[in-house]
Amino acid sequence: MDFGGINPVILIATLMASAVPILMAALGEAVVERAGVLNLGVEGMMIIGALGGFIVAVETGSPVLGFVGGAVAGALLSLIFALLTQVFLANQVATGLALTLFGLGVSSLGGQGYNGIKPPSTTQLLPDALADLPVVGPILFGHDWMVYFSILMTAVLWWVLKSTRIGLIIRAVGESHEAAHALGYKVNRIRLMCIAFGGAMAGMGGAYVSLARVPQWVDGITAGAGWIALAIVVFASWKPWRVLIGAYLFGGITVLQLNLQVAGSAIPVEYLSMAPYLITILVLVIMSAGRKANGAPAALGQNFHASR
Amino acid sequence: MKRRNLLASAAMGLLLASGASFAQGMDKVKACFVYVGPIGDGGWTYQHHQGALDVQKTFGDKVEIQYQESVPEGADAERVLTQMALGGCNIIFTTSFGYMDATNAVAAKFPDVKFEHATGFKRDSDNVSTYNARFYEGRAVQGHIAGKMTKSNKIGYIASFPIPEVIMGINSYYLHAKKANPAVELSVVWAFTWFDPAKEADAAKALIDQGVDVIAAHTDSTAPLAEAAKTEGVIGFGQASDMAAYADGPRVSSIIDNWGPYYVKRVGALLDGTYAQADAWEGIAGGEVLIGDITDKVPADVKAEAEALRDSIAAGTYHPFTGPINKQDGSPWLAEGATAPDGDLLGMNFYVEGIVGDIPQ
Repeated sequence: MDFGGINPVILIATLMASAVPILMAALGEAVVERAGVLNLGVEGMMIIGALGGFIVAVETGSPVLGFVGGAVAGALLSLIFALLTQVFLANQVATGLALTLFGLGVSSLGGQGYNGIKPPSTTQLLPDALADLPVVGPILFGHDWMVYFSILMTAVLWWVLKSTRIGLIIRAVGESHEAAHALGYKVNRIRLMCIAFGGAMAGMGGAYVSLARVPQWVDGITAGAGWIALAIVVFASWKPWRVLIGAYLFGGITVLQLNLQVAGSAIPVEYLSMAPYLITILVLVIMSAGRKANGAPAALGQNFHASR
Repeated sequence: MKRRNLLASAAMGLLLASGASFAQGMDKVKACFVYVGPIGDGGWTYQHHQGALDVQKTFGDKVEIQYQESVPEGADAERVLTQMALGGCNIIFTTSFGYMDATNAVAAKFPDVKFEHATGFKRDSDNVSTYNARFYEGRAVQGHIAGKMTKSNKIGYIASFPIPEVIMGINSYYLHAKKANPAVELSVVWAFTWFDPAKEADAAKALIDQGVDVIAAHTDSTAPLAEAAKTEGVIGFGQASDMAAYADGPRVSSIIDNWGPYYVKRVGALLDGTYAQADAWEGIAGGEVLIGDITDKVPADVKAEAEALRDSIAAGTYHPFTGPINKQDGSPWLAEGATAPDGDLLGMNFYVEGIVGDIPQ
């Protein structure tokens, strides 16, 4: 089953893995933005997570602990953002950008001495017998646990945001912090927890790059994935399943264009190179066109202080 | 009027003083480096930085080193260069092809500062020199190993940008693989980046998925090797740096850029007053290109052949581009026994016969 020299089964299996970092970071950011906070520091949190996860995995020899370490590192960095924007009411856009720059710098400093080391490998979760099944094997059973975890998180976040009380509170805080405050919810505390969650998710996404996708530490390893994640959140109208579609589209077309090049496609390389960005944006815009209430959370980017 | 005269004569004096100081050499040189990636990339920028450290080690406190990492190619580079020139740098090394226009633009404004541009060909003013290494010589050795080692007869090349430097490498790699194994097929993937580990890994994965079992990279990180390590039987090469961490895995050899000798020579020339504009292009013979250890994965006879090839290039008895070679479209490029003139190589914008696909324009 080949199309122009490309095996769709391998392609799908590859794209599911390559989309994990963006998917994790974008899911986290979607929750943060639903709570009305615009954190542009995703790239910084990802790379800190990539480094933190890498160090923990190398020192302990356990890749699972590595991902936990990545999440903790990302969350810790995001707490700086939370402190500045929720307590000191600093401008969120500026603080977020600063967080990215800070994260890139700190990771470069902290990563000294970790170049060229190989981390313990993150292996396939299910036994070979399942993964070797034709067609469904590689797609459904051949992955490491983070791939399943990222899909699980998509489902969980969709359910939490849509059908639970916690989701309702988060959305209320994001739509109208005044009203949520009047109802007695601690706006800044809820936002702080959402920010930390977003940081942990971005950190895990980053750790996936340094522990599974690449696997090694080099400076600047995330190379802009955080910005793609931010864009996907907006184009996916802050909805978890659409975030998943966006991340898979982007990851898929990135993998596809490289495969097309190898297979000697007649399409010029320049078009192939820009295809992931173009098609992802196009599809997500078309999906959200013509429906109502696709707007951003009403209080997005606004700080709140309970003085009034 | 008087004040203007004063200023003019002061400026004159400064100019004379600085001119004189160049002729006599300098007591202390501030050498500055502009890097396209982080010094921890384990490849291209890492090696340039090693060169900078060599300068520091050789001249001690007679030299002050300053560097800036991850400077984007384009307008930002011009700003960084201007800042360095204003900040008292005597010689500035710009270590990526994409800095070419920025280097020449800034150099025109600061005639007293020496500029050295890596891998470029523009020398618009007297204070701009260019330097490069004949990486294609190393690619020839790699190509030979690749041709001998491939079992699927499919070899891959992760290319960065369609510039002569990269195309030269692809052609040299292919020609020597083909010579070693006439059945070999080359797949080229254009990553359009010098440094993006995730994308480089994806490119390597795409090649492996298509049955390629020998991967050479022209990008800067070790990610392609890490990806190759995941699949049994796939081998690759260290690029720019030795990448010896992968020696027990997929890395069977490497091309090492060794900039130290050149940097030491140029800064030394500035110190003792013998500095002159140059267009340096050294290769294996000059020690700028080193072939990293060939591991035991390579059979002894192939290793011996590769080393003989390396030595004949170093001795000057063999040129990697020796005719007859046709261009991709079948038109003749080099006649029987002719070697490629440097001008042809530096402007190379075509594949040699046998490579499939188009070079992005």
